[in-house]
Amino acid sequence: MSKLRKFLDRIKPAFQPGGKLSALQSVFDGFETFLYTPRTTSPASYTTHVHDSVDSKRAMTIVIIALLPCFFFGMYNTGYQHWLAAGATEFPFFSLMLYGFLAIIPKVIVTYVVGLGIEFISAQIRHEEIQEGFLVTGIILPMVCPVDVPLWMLAVATAFAVIFAKEVFGGTGYNIVNVALTARAFLFFSYPAYMSGDKVFVATSQAFGYGPAVADGFTCATPLGQIATAGGETAITGIDGSTISTWDAFVGLIPGSFGETSVICILIGAAILLATRIASWRIMLSAVAGALLMGWIANSAATPTYPASFLSPIDQLFLGGFAFAVVFMATDPVTAARTNTGKWVYGFLIGVIAVCIRTYNNGYPEGAMLAVLLMNVFAPLIDYCVVSANKRRRRARLTSKA
Amino acid sequence: MAEKVTNKTVLFNPFSKNNPVVVQILGICSVLAVTAQLEPAMVMGLSVIAVLAFSNVIISLIRNTIPTSIRIIVQLVVVASLVIIVSELLKAFAYDVSVQLSVFIGLIITNCILMGRLEAFAMANRPWPAFLDGVGNGVGYTIILVIVAFFRELLGSGTLLGYRIIPQSFYDAGYSDNGLMILPPMALIVVACIIWVHRSINKDLQD
Repeated sequence: MSKLRKFLDRIKPAFQPGGKLSALQSVFDGFETFLYTPRTTSPASYTTHVHDSVDSKRAMTIVIIALLPCFFFGMYNTGYQHWLAAGATEFPFFSLMLYGFLAIIPKVIVTYVVGLGIEFISAQIRHEEIQEGFLVTGIILPMVCPVDVPLWMLAVATAFAVIFAKEVFGGTGYNIVNVALTARAFLFFSYPAYMSGDKVFVATSQAFGYGPAVADGFTCATPLGQIATAGGETAITGIDGSTISTWDAFVGLIPGSFGETSVICILIGAAILLATRIASWRIMLSAVAGALLMGWIANSAATPTYPASFLSPIDQLFLGGFAFAVVFMATDPVTAARTNTGKWVYGFLIGVIAVCIRTYNNGYPEGAMLAVLLMNVFAPLIDYCVVSANKRRRRARLTSKA
Repeated sequence: MAEKVTNKTVLFNPFSKNNPVVVQILGICSVLAVTAQLEPAMVMGLSVIAVLAFSNVIISLIRNTIPTSIRIIVQLVVVASLVIIVSELLKAFAYDVSVQLSVFIGLIITNCILMGRLEAFAMANRPWPAFLDGVGNGVGYTIILVIVAFFRELLGSGTLLGYRIIPQSFYDAGYSDNGLMILPPMALIVVACIIWVHRSINKDLQD
């Protein structure tokens, strides 16, 4: 490690103003502070600022670690679904993992190259440090997309989201809506044929020539997709025609976007985020409560017009991207509500709206994305109301004493 | 603006420097509504030029006889009559486009640019400058409309004026039209980009 440090110190002068490579100063600085916590601290005159040793870059790294279980499971599941689609009866673990790895890695590379490229360029234009906000976005985005989404679409969506959801508002920490979800929403509305339906959620092509071949015209929709297109109460089936139970949805070996299927892995990620206090338990708890309540209301008034209303409230939690969105997207500290009371309201409404959209709009089988984006927009308003209510209460206390 | 108001500035300023859409941010609703394709956008632009120019002239002619307290009503009557004429003409000679534009031709009456120009210019100027002002602002509006519609139709449908621009081989290679471009939110973002570029060029407009 000290060799790396020495190497960085040796090449540093070239990147300082006046040095040969000063045009790349923010790039160098970004990598240096990513690798090593900056040694500089605030001067003693700023004593009101309490500095934790966990700065935003360390926090981002922890989020990445929390995402890893979902990521590895997504690799396995992608391979598993592909083997199932090919009609295989044996599922060799390492082949499945390798296939999933080959299927997902180009997408991760594309999002990182496009997103970080734009981020580096805009940081350099503004003469600012590079903020590592894209570190998490870049890995979340491929995880919330169907595995067969074309690379160029991913690149266009990433560029759109980074520029219009983040850089125009001032970069990391100033965005009003979640960047990864903006990119996903862009894909969803721009290229609906590639983002929903029954052709995209199982990887049917070979990854770099690896893996068994799948028959042309193979289709299998996600559980929520099947429900939305079916009329009345329906059994959800997997690729091989077997019924998907609540337990299957919990484990996650079902068709769906890359990283969102396994509730177990999402719970592991949630535990990491909560233990390190990076995500808010208030948001997670209230979102689950909201979804359960709305799921129960919908279920107790189930009608064939809205097939998803036949789902039990528990299934509403386990199916689709809801769990992933609540744990990793809704808790994004930049776009969520900041006051504690506000977080309860914010999370609860995400749960309610997600299940509402899913149930009462058959055109959108998954509502978690739109629910989180909508509440992102309302989060500052919720905070404003909470703060002014607090002010009123304190003023009343003051005047009643006087 | 310290600049001397001449007929020339009255006509040409609204093209870019004082553009009603990207500088004054007026008439945004119709920019969102009619720019999914190029042809209706052009027809809409021409209609607005005609209505704006002639209503400016008419209001300017009778500006000294309009009582101040009912001037908005008088302006509305003039604009509404002109819009009805345009609407009937379109129905007679360009029926398909008038169906596409549907209610938005009628809604020219509520276009903020019209009331803005009538109040700000025609009520205080002689007919000829008023006519130039109407044409200038109408053209300024049309320029933006056409730019927005150009990008939306090209990227959203792969066509321009109904002719296929993006070749079939692109689609075979995996290209796909951007469905979001057809939806109104994208018009807002395209307008925002135009404003972005415009202000980067004209630094004196930056706040």
